[in-house]
Amino acid sequence: MSARTNLRVPQVLTGLALLSVAGIAAAEYGLNLRPGVTTIAQEAYSLHMLILWVCVAIGIVVFGAMFYSILNHRKSKGAVAAQFHESTAVEIAWTIIPFLILIGMAIPATKALIAMEDTSNSDLTIKVTGYQWKWQYEYLNEGVNFFSTLSTPKEEIFNRADKNPDYLLEVDNPVVVPVGKKVRLSITANDVIHAWWVPDLGMKKDAIPGFINEMWFNIDTPGTYRGQCAELCGKDHGFMPIVVVAKEQAEYDTWVADQLKMADAAAADSNRDFTMAELMARGEKVYTSNCAACHQANGEGVPGAFPALKGGVITTGPAAEHLALVMNGKAGTAMAAFAGQLNDADLAAVVTYERNAWGNNKGDVVQPAAVKAAR
Amino acid sequence: MSTAAAHDAHDHGPASGLSRWIFTTNHKDIGTLYLLFSLLMFFVGGAMAMVIRAELFQPGLQFVNPMFFNTMTTMHALIMIFGAVMPAFVGLANWLIPIMLGAPDMALPRMNNWSFWILPFAFTMLLSTLFMDGGGPAGGWTLYPPLVLQTGDAFPFVIFSIHMMGLSSIMGAINVVVTILNMRAPGMTLMKMPLFVWTWLITAYLLIAVMPVLAGAVTMLLTDKFFGTSFFSAAGGGDPVMFQHIFWFFGHPEVYILILPAFGIVSQIIPTFARKPLFGYSSMVYATASIAFLSFLVWAHHMFTVGMPLAGELFFMYATMLIAVPTGVKVFNWVSTMWKGSMTFETPMLFALGFVFMFTIGGFSGLMLAIAPVDFQYHDTYFVVAHFHYVLVTGAIYAIMAGAYYWLPKWTGNMYNETLGKWHFWLSTIFVNVLFFPQHFLGLAGMPRRIPDYSIQFTEFNVISSLGGFAFGLTQLLFAYIVISTIRGGKKATDQVWEGAEGLEWTLPSPPPYHSFTTAPVIK
Ligand SMILES: [Cu+2]
Repeated sequence: MSARTNLRVPQVLTGLALLSVAGIAAAEYGLNLRPGVTTIAQEAYSLHMLILWVCVAIGIVVFGAMFYSILNHRKSKGAVAAQFHESTAVEIAWTIIPFLILIGMAIPATKALIAMEDTSNSDLTIKVTGYQWKWQYEYLNEGVNFFSTLSTPKEEIFNRADKNPDYLLEVDNPVVVPVGKKVRLSITANDVIHAWWVPDLGMKKDAIPGFINEMWFNIDTPGTYRGQCAELCGKDHGFMPIVVVAKEQAEYDTWVADQLKMADAAAADSNRDFTMAELMARGEKVYTSNCAACHQANGEGVPGAFPALKGGVITTGPAAEHLALVMNGKAGTAMAAFAGQLNDADLAAVVTYERNAWGNNKGDVVQPAAVKAAR
Repeated sequence: MSTAAAHDAHDHGPASGLSRWIFTTNHKDIGTLYLLFSLLMFFVGGAMAMVIRAELFQPGLQFVNPMFFNTMTTMHALIMIFGAVMPAFVGLANWLIPIMLGAPDMALPRMNNWSFWILPFAFTMLLSTLFMDGGGPAGGWTLYPPLVLQTGDAFPFVIFSIHMMGLSSIMGAINVVVTILNMRAPGMTLMKMPLFVWTWLITAYLLIAVMPVLAGAVTMLLTDKFFGTSFFSAAGGGDPVMFQHIFWFFGHPEVYILILPAFGIVSQIIPTFARKPLFGYSSMVYATASIAFLSFLVWAHHMFTVGMPLAGELFFMYATMLIAVPTGVKVFNWVSTMWKGSMTFETPMLFALGFVFMFTIGGFSGLMLAIAPVDFQYHDTYFVVAHFHYVLVTGAIYAIMAGAYYWLPKWTGNMYNETLGKWHFWLSTIFVNVLFFPQHFLGLAGMPRRIPDYSIQFTEFNVISSLGGFAFGLTQLLFAYIVISTIRGGKKATDQVWEGAEGLEWTLPSPPPYHSFTTAPVIK
């Protein structure tokens, strides 16, 4: 240790510089923008490269002149200061030349922008809704409708388990699209502003409550493409990823059929009664993926921000009021209306769970029929 | 009244003790207060940046919860912008504008006192929100609704502290305008004013134009939250995007409020150490005015992804690209000022050169961000974070440090330690690049900003960036040490201080008397 403390500052600096170089060499990913897999992503990439090189060229000229001057026009070399301080010709030249360069950049940029904003003639439309903190996808013609939430285990986030390669970029239900088709997204939000972004698809658009934005993409290669919410949306902004899986048409069709079957099964659930044990088991799952982010897994909430459900006024009060609050949310707070997000059986299960978990032990059961009646 | 008779009313020195600072109407005292306050806030905001970089040092959540992380990014921005950079510029304006123009003081000295003393209260209130139920503001310094309306008890306190900061800025700006237009020494025509004064005159007009806009926007947030209005709520017939338009109508000129005085400082320093007059003085003035004018027409480039009509996107893209022209003129003028000069490289010059080099890098990434079809990829990523830290840290803050080293001998009468100053510059410059340059790569690779945790592909560059951040933060303690030890003593400075310095402030003794230019000098 004593040898280390004797290090002189320049040596430390050299060490740090070496460390940075080693870090760059060790990085497995590029330093540059990703070229992407759609036509608009590739167009953005080539524009990015064009402007980058223009900047590099201007930088070489300007910094070249600056460093030449710094090296040669210094007093210690006996330089005597000239006294010129203006030149109309030069000043006009360096106003006009940059202007012409800018026009050269604006032309391809305008073309690219017009192409990107053209959402007409799409083959498939998916409505995307941002929630704190998950995404909902509704396939408008196919009738498929599901939520997509982060599937990374808490153990990995809190460093109790090794992080998998898709850490924070994995979801329970990815968006599936067919390759070779123009997919249009109609993007909105339910609570606060989010932004839908998958870098390889080349575009991001804000998801704004009360407004519908549009964007499109056209993927040629089957594969899995990952992205994240890109607009600060509160506590778990960093934990609402997006996964798009592009499949061949036939596989996509099978996927749609499977999704519809699952939806039928869920609908059947709302017409039958459950036992307390079934509701508690199902409710715990629903709670973990929808409620625990704010109210915490132990039901104790976060003082001042998110109320405790353990021994809470609502959770230990009348069941009908409890159910109504979960279904309709609470205006002016982060408490969302879950009536549109969860089906009857899930709502019944989560309310039952909240009334009986963490020692609340109300002993009462809310059945899907009650939820159906409350809608 | 007996004391008034005891000595000449035009020749009294400062009051003694604390009351000197509380009741002072002297531009030099108020300038000092602003500058010291700014230094303090620089370290408070810097400490928050250290929390951010510590959490981002490794993937996973280690030190803070996501809500507190968001509070740190929000408060870091508010404190650095409104508490560190803006007060530093107002402090420089207070100290320098009267002695550069040959005026005895600022035009409105009592208002000057008030505009400073609002600030400690505003920032105490802002910082106190950290201890309130629900924590401090966590919706980002841009305060976008509906998210910001989810803030807990802190919300009204944040809004009122912004009102107070705005009040202080507007009063400071009015004072600068009135002083410059009315108190110049005979013969000091507008086109003879030092460039620092020119840039501040234009900045002051920007402040007067846009601070009320910010005040209006945040007041609408307040009524949306507490009084049932729906300015920004779609459910009530309002429009959340309208807030963004109003905010950035303030926000983009604000960006130039943070950089135009920096242009002025650098334009004072480079000619001094190149021993050669500033190249293109009048084009510098016109370029500054053009930048200020254009700054009102480009706001929506901060919001290319909100879903504007194509024509709107094209307009804001073209207008934004246009700003590169006057900005380029400035950089070319600085390089031409160096050209065929006789340069020496004392600490102020090093910081000014660092400014020209790294601000230009920030300018290049700014040009890239202006291109709407590619901005869809850059927007809200670390590429943007890298961009605005290059223009604000190695831009605005480097210029402030250059100015501090340049005028410190004049203000205190003592020379700072040149060796330590150079160490401060070189360490800062190495570490600031280790800190911010890799953030370009992170953004291009797809890392969004304002996230407390990231996927493992971003690990290496975050490690490097955090190490650079800690080292840069520590290096700034050296700056505080140099400033404090120069105030306390050191080699005596001459009146001229720098061989090549020109301007009225260098004709005064170092340090200048408490009241200077009580008789106006005559400018040929
Ligand atoms: Cu989000």
